[in-house]
Amino acid sequence: MFRNQYDNDVSTWSPQGRIHQVEYAVEAVKQGSAAIGLRSNEYAVLLALKRSSGELASYQKKLIKIDEHMGIAIAGLTSDARVLSNFMRTEAMRSKMLYDRPIPVQRIVSTIADKAQVNTQQYGRRPYGVGLLVVGYDETGPHLYESSPSGTCFEYFAMSIGARSQSAKTYLEKNYEQFANASLDELVRHGLLALRDTLQQDKELNIHNTSIGIVGKNEDFHIIEGDGLQKYLDLLGDETSRTRRGPEERSAAESIAAESSREDSNTEVDHGDVAPMDTDN
Amino acid sequence: MDAFPSRWGKPRNENIDEHNTVPLHKTLPDNLTQTAYGPVTRTQQPLVTGTSVIALKYRDGIMMAADMLGSYGSLARFRDIERLMPVGDYTVVGASGDISDQQYIQHVLESLMVKEHCHDDGHVLGTPHIFEYLWRMMYNRRSKFNPLWNALVVGGVHKGDKFLGYVDLRGTTYKATTIATGFGAHLAQPILRKRVEGREDDLTEEEAIDIINDCMRVLFYRDARSMNKFQRATITAAGVNVTEPYGVDTNWGFAEKIRGYGA
Repeated sequence: MFRNQYDNDVSTWSPQGRIHQVEYAVEAVKQGSAAIGLRSNEYAVLLALKRSSGELASYQKKLIKIDEHMGIAIAGLTSDARVLSNFMRTEAMRSKMLYDRPIPVQRIVSTIADKAQVNTQQYGRRPYGVGLLVVGYDETGPHLYESSPSGTCFEYFAMSIGARSQSAKTYLEKNYEQFANASLDELVRHGLLALRDTLQQDKELNIHNTSIGIVGKNEDFHIIEGDGLQKYLDLLGDETSRTRRGPEERSAAESIAAESSREDSNTEVDHGDVAPMDTDN
Repeated sequence: MDAFPSRWGKPRNENIDEHNTVPLHKTLPDNLTQTAYGPVTRTQQPLVTGTSVIALKYRDGIMMAADMLGSYGSLARFRDIERLMPVGDYTVVGASGDISDQQYIQHVLESLMVKEHCHDDGHVLGTPHIFEYLWRMMYNRRSKFNPLWNALVVGGVHKGDKFLGYVDLRGTTYKATTIATGFGAHLAQPILRKRVEGREDDLTEEEAIDIINDCMRVLFYRDARSMNKFQRATITAAGVNVTEPYGVDTNWGFAEKIRGYGA
């Protein structure tokens, strides 16, 4: 994609029938770190890779709880994500207050999609720069939806968004038939394997940079971070990093990896979860 | 009589306006808060009214009854009003109080069900949801000093559970095994409580019909704004059934013994 004379505002079509501003907004989602969602017949699970801008910084939160039965994973501009998640929380609360009923997932996602669509059609507005993966459990079972800045919302068995998410998608496409009847642990393990495929060279999944959200039949939506993650990472055994090595090479490789990762974090190019105004590239 | 409380206590010019036919000269500017202009005077009384609604839980679900009279004060004016309103397939709302407000509520609930249907996502509003919605609506209207002058009984079956609740013009709610509004609360409730409470899972349909008929008979004898023509609604897991109007046998033989009454 290159700059052209049809990409100045969102209310201009290109002669090829594209709205470039919306496509650029979708690019912003691809700059965020990976988030993955998948579901079985009883559970829906979100997994995300958290990023930190440096050793002194904390890891950017990727999962947000909307209601007892619903949560989202974000990729892209965190400020836009905050606005959308606050709106979703208000709508969820409204449903509980008016009808004493948890809001059906499909409805709230459609509302978000309609909200996003307005910004793709009115002059002077800009599309939201965040993609959401929404999981929820309502009367019709577990659901996973993706909402994008273009205003589309689709339901999926499994989906991934963010940086290097294509590798995760490849894994999910290969294995999705096993998800429907998988147990919760098996489902999370599949998700972690998919998430692992989005890692950069020599990086690994650990309790600091991973985040899991689970909702299901008798299970309210809850986020697992920090020490609670260890038992899920243990499902992967030794293979928490992308490159698969034998056990003897591993310890040598690990120390090299530890050194190089320290250097790497300063030169990381992907800053998608911080507003693009940051200049330290 | 001065019908406008905002004029009470203020002097009027008797030369021009001996009988208060013209509103007073404007003394307040336009940009004040609502309360500064004086009290709001909306009609705050019901006009055409329905009397009691009674309901009980029994083994298979809920049974509810209400007569078909719309009274205009003491005049028995409209004798075919259906006060039991089915909402969706598993809920009935029985209304006592102002009939025009009841019709408004019916319209609101119908619109709600249509909108939900149009979402087309497999979700249906069940009895507890309709109850909550009515409660919020009634309480909100009360808080604006413009109530819907009704006492509503909401009954239905939702996911196998029997639901029976009461909402009124003040937004007061409660749920119980037996519910009655208006005169029914005084005359029928003791009968209902004695014969139903504790036995709601054992009561057969025949017994429930018997209890309802006895209560409606008592209400016809003693409530001066009632009629011996009523409907009975039954809600079970299979759905809603509202009977054709019918009446119960009554015995007025005692009147013979009273001087001035009887044949």
